[in-house]
Amino acid sequence: MDHAVEATLTVNGKEVRRRIEPRMHLVDFLREELGLTGSHIGCEHGVCGACTVRVDGQIVRGCLMLAVQADGCAVETIEGLSDSQELSSLQKAFHERNALQCGFCTPGMLMAAQELLAKGSRVSRDEIRTHISGNYCRCTGYQAIVDAIDEVINGKG
Amino acid sequence: MAKAELPLHAPGTQLDKGYIGQSVPRPNAQRLLQGRGAFTDDLRFPRLAHAAFFRSPYAHAKIKKLDFSKALKSEGVIGVFDGRAVAEYCKPWVAVLAHLKGIKSPEQHALAIERACWQGEPVAAVVAESRTQAEDAVALIEAEWQELPVVVDMEEALEGRTVIHPEYEDNICFRREHDTGGVDEAFAKADVVVEETFHFGRHTGVCLEGRAILADYNAAEHSLTVYHATQAPHMMQDIFSRHLGIPEANVRVIAKDIGGAFGIKVHVYPDEMATAALSVMLRRPVKFVADRLESFLSDIHAREHRVRIRMAVSKAGEILAFDLDDLTAIGPYSVYPRTSGIEGNQVVNLTGGPYRHQKYRAKMNVVFTNKNVTCQYRAVGHPIAVALTEGIVDLAAQKLGIDPAEFRRLNLIADDAYPYTFPSGIKFEQLSHHKALDLLLKTMNYRGLREEQKALRAKNIHRGIGLAAMIEVTNPSPAFYGVGGARISAQDGATLRLEPTGMVTVLCSVTEQGQGTEAIFAQIAASAVGVSLEKIRVITGDTGVTPYGGGTWASRGAGIGGEAVLLAGRALRANMLAVASQILKMEKAELDILNNEVVNKLTLESKMALAELGRVAYFRPDTLPLDFQSELTVTRHYTPRQYGFTFTNGIQASYVEVDTDTGFVKLLKHWCVEDSGTVINPMLVDEQLRGGVVQGIGAALYEECLYGPDGQLLNGNMADYLVPMSGEMPDIVCAHIETPTRQSQLGAKGVGEAGTAGAPGAVMNAVNDALAPLGARVTAMPFTPERVLKALKKV
Amino acid sequence: MKAPAFAYKKPRSLEEAFELIERPGAKVLAGGQSLIPSLNMRLSQPELLVDITGLPGLAEIRLDRGVVRIGALVTHTQLENSEEVRTHVPLLHQAVAHIAHPAIRNRGTLGGSVALADPAAEYPACLLALDATVVLYSHSGERLAGAGEFFKGLFETDIRPGEIVAAVEFPALKKDERSVFLELARRHGDYAIIGLAAHWGADRRFVYLGAGATPVFAARASGAKTLEQARNALKEDLDPPADLYNASKTKLHLAGVLLERAWTTLSKPH
Repeated sequence: MDHAVEATLTVNGKEVRRRIEPRMHLVDFLREELGLTGSHIGCEHGVCGACTVRVDGQIVRGCLMLAVQADGCAVETIEGLSDSQELSSLQKAFHERNALQCGFCTPGMLMAAQELLAKGSRVSRDEIRTHISGNYCRCTGYQAIVDAIDEVINGKG
Repeated sequence: MAKAELPLHAPGTQLDKGYIGQSVPRPNAQRLLQGRGAFTDDLRFPRLAHAAFFRSPYAHAKIKKLDFSKALKSEGVIGVFDGRAVAEYCKPWVAVLAHLKGIKSPEQHALAIERACWQGEPVAAVVAESRTQAEDAVALIEAEWQELPVVVDMEEALEGRTVIHPEYEDNICFRREHDTGGVDEAFAKADVVVEETFHFGRHTGVCLEGRAILADYNAAEHSLTVYHATQAPHMMQDIFSRHLGIPEANVRVIAKDIGGAFGIKVHVYPDEMATAALSVMLRRPVKFVADRLESFLSDIHAREHRVRIRMAVSKAGEILAFDLDDLTAIGPYSVYPRTSGIEGNQVVNLTGGPYRHQKYRAKMNVVFTNKNVTCQYRAVGHPIAVALTEGIVDLAAQKLGIDPAEFRRLNLIADDAYPYTFPSGIKFEQLSHHKALDLLLKTMNYRGLREEQKALRAKNIHRGIGLAAMIEVTNPSPAFYGVGGARISAQDGATLRLEPTGMVTVLCSVTEQGQGTEAIFAQIAASAVGVSLEKIRVITGDTGVTPYGGGTWASRGAGIGGEAVLLAGRALRANMLAVASQILKMEKAELDILNNEVVNKLTLESKMALAELGRVAYFRPDTLPLDFQSELTVTRHYTPRQYGFTFTNGIQASYVEVDTDTGFVKLLKHWCVEDSGTVINPMLVDEQLRGGVVQGIGAALYEECLYGPDGQLLNGNMADYLVPMSGEMPDIVCAHIETPTRQSQLGAKGVGEAGTAGAPGAVMNAVNDALAPLGARVTAMPFTPERVLKALKKV
Repeated sequence: MKAPAFAYKKPRSLEEAFELIERPGAKVLAGGQSLIPSLNMRLSQPELLVDITGLPGLAEIRLDRGVVRIGALVTHTQLENSEEVRTHVPLLHQAVAHIAHPAIRNRGTLGGSVALADPAAEYPACLLALDATVVLYSHSGERLAGAGEFFKGLFETDIRPGEIVAAVEFPALKKDERSVFLELARRHGDYAIIGLAAHWGADRRFVYLGAGATPVFAARASGAKTLEQARNALKEDLDPPADLYNASKTKLHLAGVLLERAWTTLSKPH
């Protein structure tokens, strides 16, 4: 039975039109249909945050959104935000402070951090920890990530 | 790639130390930061098929009938296969090793044939055009089962009223006893005997990237290329070769980027073996990635122990003897090829590790149960040995009214007592327990914290300080596995090649899973050869390209792989100078390589760029003497030989606040002092320690695989199995001591597992320190709010 | 874990929506933050998902004559950022910070949470504590259901076939009224072990989440004159179901701790 529905969305600034099976979630669509493998799948429960992407300017769990629900939306992934340089200060701080090890959580972590950075106001370390409390990292112990975000948002040395 | 701004020779370092000791950002992290890594699930192949598995819903049941008729008709299905079909392509295995005397385990197939022995064991495989279609077909498989009695509880397993495997008389996989003699006498004459029973919850690794394998069989060549998220590619090459009947050199295993491993990805999994067999059978590439639910059911579990420990102490606080009885529950099979007996073995080897006592007795039983299989997972046995030891030590200190730090000072092996043979038989080359204790107490301001604790107690705020001293196994020799008959290499090799433009490619058999292996190899190679860091490229994880070796496990990457890189680097430098001396018509001894140039060793005057050396050696050898041949690719290997295991030492501290109304434990801060020998990159070591500490905190407060009486996993999902997230974690202060090992020129020991080894004990001691004035004590990890409230008799 | 196959429709009008949701095997999809994981885990096998996020007029927050009306499609983030909610329904503002994490709050909706009625969810307890009114639309028009009668059982509400939750109306906080929301969870954003939505107005209302199949109004504790009486009464009000990590009496104990903390906070002079 073919349930496919046509959807038109913008991905990293480029228009994409496809017939999509409704059951395919957004991150599978990005990875399998568009080859944008920078967004990762860690649980498909919406808990780990590895699939975090941006839709219409807000971070969402790519595994908890049907690709067809992105019809008419602007989707941005780690690849797009890297090429546009929007993430460059966070990426530099993460690199210099070793705020990543295996890198599997990193795209999602950066997307989450960017949303906090975009709010524009200073934040405490506790607030940073709270904001990224939905992004699971098994490798780093979180501290270097908090340090990197702290440096970029609050400008510490 | 970002240029390293740091000078080649940091101020204060010896001239030939180069990048060793510098916190250089990892060159290979850039691609990960942009989502441009290549994890196994990212790879695309023509005709790639996808596997999904039908798994037993029962913990123990005979497979009476499997009906694939509906599944076969499902859209996109290429085939549906049972255990017998896969057994024609994949030989079964038995996970025993000769040096674990008496260990036994039944034969295990890639897909269960007669019966399933744990909930989640793979029983049938679907291969389809997409993973989604494969799952649709799995849902259509019909099965008839005959349920069999289930053994879940470890004490019942030991008792053996119900025996899981009909060919055995009991459920004992392995047992071991160790006795120095004189133990009963030591206890008889002791002034104080302390005794405790500790329970440790069963864990699972929860690597963020699920287990992943993509097997690509080429029927024309009878060759198999496997893209595998594995820590040990050569080990897997050997296993695929022997079990699938493909000549060894026709098997190539390639580990791409790996999203966390921690030991979970160093074992042989039946579903992965089945995937490889299916590729051979179907003559096309087949991929399998474990999703999160099946990861919980089938990734190896670890750490389920019940341990009774007794310690004999004099009234002056001197430890006289330890006596322990360890019972651990594994799954229905010992896991291949390292066996499931090692974790318990480590508990016996390591308990009491930092201390001076001479009398020791241990008894250990490893029992089969109908729960998921278990095997080595980060820090293997250490978290348990350290928690037991440090827990009973604190109990004794409490009974004798001696400050816990003082008690340790009285008993830690002296820093000048080495080499030292420990009562369990292990040998220490050189440790620094006292130096570490001093550094810890100073760094954490122990006195200050004790005063703060006292002042807050008066206000009914309950804070606790917990210490945990530890030793850790690193850089193992063949004593770990090789001597038992396992084809697991304890040696590793590195090939360094000078490229014509003056860059250096490093190929090493140790692998990377994010800890920074490739970065430290680049640092070592650059320092050894005399080039700047951005001139180095590192390739790991490909059996077709690197020398033969063991991969990453037991904290051996820096110490063993790093040494091979260092030796190869120095040899390459010598060969480059040989070429240079021919080109420049100068003596080799007059020359050196510094900052990408051949220089006059005395004056440091530049004589020739390395790019020029490369040009001549590779493209104009006609200009060199007739009898001279440049050898600008060098391979060296290294095996640690003098010590079976190179032990490191460390000590951790945890500072907590217990909410005695809710039982919640707040982690205020954590400290970790570690002596892992030569530190190549302090920043990478710190993050390894911190990551390890957080995993250990998971053990102490959050993580436990809960099984029902029928062997069903009750909390196998991300909402119910609690892994540490950032909101609850403390800042972790790290400090280093460097006592290099003399077994290598690099002097590096291992550090990857240290954080995990010590943290559970430190947190437990902190919680108990907070609860002590209230007469409460916790001994069963994880310390959930309910367990704390029960100890306080509030529920 | 890939979801089983289903059809998908996104109605542009309420009439279209009402027709679609009455089809056999149809399920309403809004934010999807609870529905989609259950689909991914194959716990749910709908024939048709009806995506109501395109319907007009359901995503507004409006204060009008002492009532704050919050549309069903208002996301948790919108609610969190709303000045009207912070000022006039502070209990909700306190509660929303406990809901999962930012990426989930950006999609999850008030209506979705209310319609699902997860016993550990924050909003249903707030609705009951504030005696809010659920506004339901169907092709017959509008129907109002008080919070007290709306939550009927485990994941069971008073939504009738053909109805969707259109909005929830909350009484705006009056001058001497106070409220506090407290929750105990192992980790930030986790499902609560137990939580308390407490509102002190003309009378006291202590409503617990995680203490039963629906939010539980602790009537005797609410009617008590002193904290000690309230604590003693609690064991008659609550018989919390055990969960994987907490026996019933542990949850009861924790409920008492929250009661005491809420009482203390609400008793402080303004």
